[in-house]
Amino acid sequence: MEPILNVIFYMFTFCAVYVQIFFLFTFLERRKEIVTRLDDRPDRVYPAVTIIVPCWNEESTIDGTVQSLLNLDYPKDKIEIYLVDDGSTDTTWQVMQKYNNTPGVQVFRKENGGKHTAMNLGIEKATTEYIGCLDADSYVTPSALKRMIPYFDNPEVMAVSPSIIVDQPKRHIEWAQKIEYQLSVYIKKMLGLMNGIHVTPGPFSIYRIAVFKNLGLYRLAHKTEDMEIAYRMHSHGYRIEQCHDAVVNTKTPPTIYKLYKQRVRWIYGFINNTIDYRKLLFRRKYGAFALFTVPAGIVSVFAAAYLFVFMMYSWAKILIHKIVQIQAVGVSSATIPVHPSFDWFYVSTHSLVFISVILYGFVFLSLLIGTKMATGKFRPSFAMVWYVIIYSIIAPIWIITALYRTAIGREVAWR
Amino acid sequence: MQTQNTNTTHNPNSVAKYIIVLIITLGIFATVFFVSDSLTNRKLAELNTIQNNIATDLLSAEAQYALLGELDCSQVTTTVLSDQINELSKKIDYLENSSGKSEELTQLKKQYSLLEIKDYLLMKAITKRCGQKSVFILYFYTTSENCSECVKQGYVLTDLRTKYPALRVYSFDYGLNLGAIETLIKIYNIEDTKLPALVSDGRVYTGFHSVGDIEKLIPKLKDTLKVVPEEKKVAE
Repeated sequence: MEPILNVIFYMFTFCAVYVQIFFLFTFLERRKEIVTRLDDRPDRVYPAVTIIVPCWNEESTIDGTVQSLLNLDYPKDKIEIYLVDDGSTDTTWQVMQKYNNTPGVQVFRKENGGKHTAMNLGIEKATTEYIGCLDADSYVTPSALKRMIPYFDNPEVMAVSPSIIVDQPKRHIEWAQKIEYQLSVYIKKMLGLMNGIHVTPGPFSIYRIAVFKNLGLYRLAHKTEDMEIAYRMHSHGYRIEQCHDAVVNTKTPPTIYKLYKQRVRWIYGFINNTIDYRKLLFRRKYGAFALFTVPAGIVSVFAAAYLFVFMMYSWAKILIHKIVQIQAVGVSSATIPVHPSFDWFYVSTHSLVFISVILYGFVFLSLLIGTKMATGKFRPSFAMVWYVIIYSIIAPIWIITALYRTAIGREVAWR
Repeated sequence: MQTQNTNTTHNPNSVAKYIIVLIITLGIFATVFFVSDSLTNRKLAELNTIQNNIATDLLSAEAQYALLGELDCSQVTTTVLSDQINELSKKIDYLENSSGKSEELTQLKKQYSLLEIKDYLLMKAITKRCGQKSVFILYFYTTSENCSECVKQGYVLTDLRTKYPALRVYSFDYGLNLGAIETLIKIYNIEDTKLPALVSDGRVYTGFHSVGDIEKLIPKLKDTLKVVPEEKKVAE
């Protein structure tokens, strides 16, 4: 039994190390392209853009979101802001009213139908060549749009996503997410360079309106409409870019339970969208998206679930041994260390240990690169250790839950 | 102003890149397996060295014993040997549990078992001759089946050894296929279905026995804690 478990462990860790090296290889190969632009081009003519802000019970954050859009460093006559209240039950609609007469802002209200319906209402009313979205719990930095638009100079590029950073983390769980989001800045950029981005997230992804005209509007898509639209774009050979130096700050779940709910939805969406678009998998014409991103995602879902069970099994074995020892000789004798003095002989030299160390080493290197790209500083922090510990423990739980819900066909909730 | 060329000249999906990364990853894994294997071999070599030292010390003790007619019992040094055997036993156990069974480890275990038997015979003779207060337990266990009682018994004996320094435990893996162990098994009529089994003073105790049980079964154990009287001089 144990040799089989070990072989599966090696297979999964091999894939994980492969993915890490692939990203690192891409980073080293393309590092000269990853620069933070300090200036925009004065001679550039910027196109008109409509930004849709779908809102459902966002009374506490909507103001900040709209203000950040109004503060965008972008020609004011080239930007339309649509605030869409998706049947909020709090005072979101009342808060929106103060923007009724603000130039460039339009306010809409509809019955609750889900985020995708709010987005679709805005898309149907939009007349500009470019269209974007901004979740009502996110705040865009002033230079973001000007940095994103030049990516559309390449006629193949149909959508661009920004770097998303956690806004003012306070709790431990928010700090852990901050590190995770910084890691995503690096990972998403690498995927963007490979044209392998599998999600155009709600915080400020910008599209050519042709995407929706040609491919249709947003769908419910297992409550991950931003993922499904990216899958749909890849299925039509559209290119999605990642603008690493356009920054959007976002609020993240402040409790482990809320984070768990959000991630079950994300993973459930990934699994089910992948099932819906399974025909794309491993087909070369769909590029890195089909050859790398989605397969790596599938492996990581199963690997995380397996490694969790593997760890639990190993810990259970240790625990059982300890219990047996306590039963045999009592608590006091069993808790005396067997090897009180250090002897290198008792340091494990099992290949499983080395491989785990190497994998964690690569993860830390990725975290450092992500931090450097997000903050400009190549500096380790205690939050990284915290992130690795907390995600190692809780991420497999939401992954297993999402797998289970998929298996029994039970949809996930939004919040 | 820095500009960014979004029209990439790279082929992001070149097969070569996938293959290069595959080769690097394979290289890392091969290195890990090689290093892990080398370090395990070093550990085995260390065990070999300890084993050789024990063999030499045992020969020395045997020689001392042969010379006992002319020597003082106090000059027979056995505590160092006992520590070495205990250390070797711990290390073999550790390696067996952490790295699994291997041909080299089985070989080491066989040699270790032989050293144990030699030590047992010698120590019994010295004890008798010099009147030392030593208690011997032969412990038969198995690793071939899932013998949870054996694991428990192992913990008990380790604990007893700490409690009673004069206790010498000689553990034998029932399934090791070693002639000398087979002979012991025949002498004491040990059955593989009744493991773990303990032998002390010719009596066989099968099944799990707690610290308290063993203390009751072998009352001599407690005597070993009493102040050791000056050893008799053989010459007398």
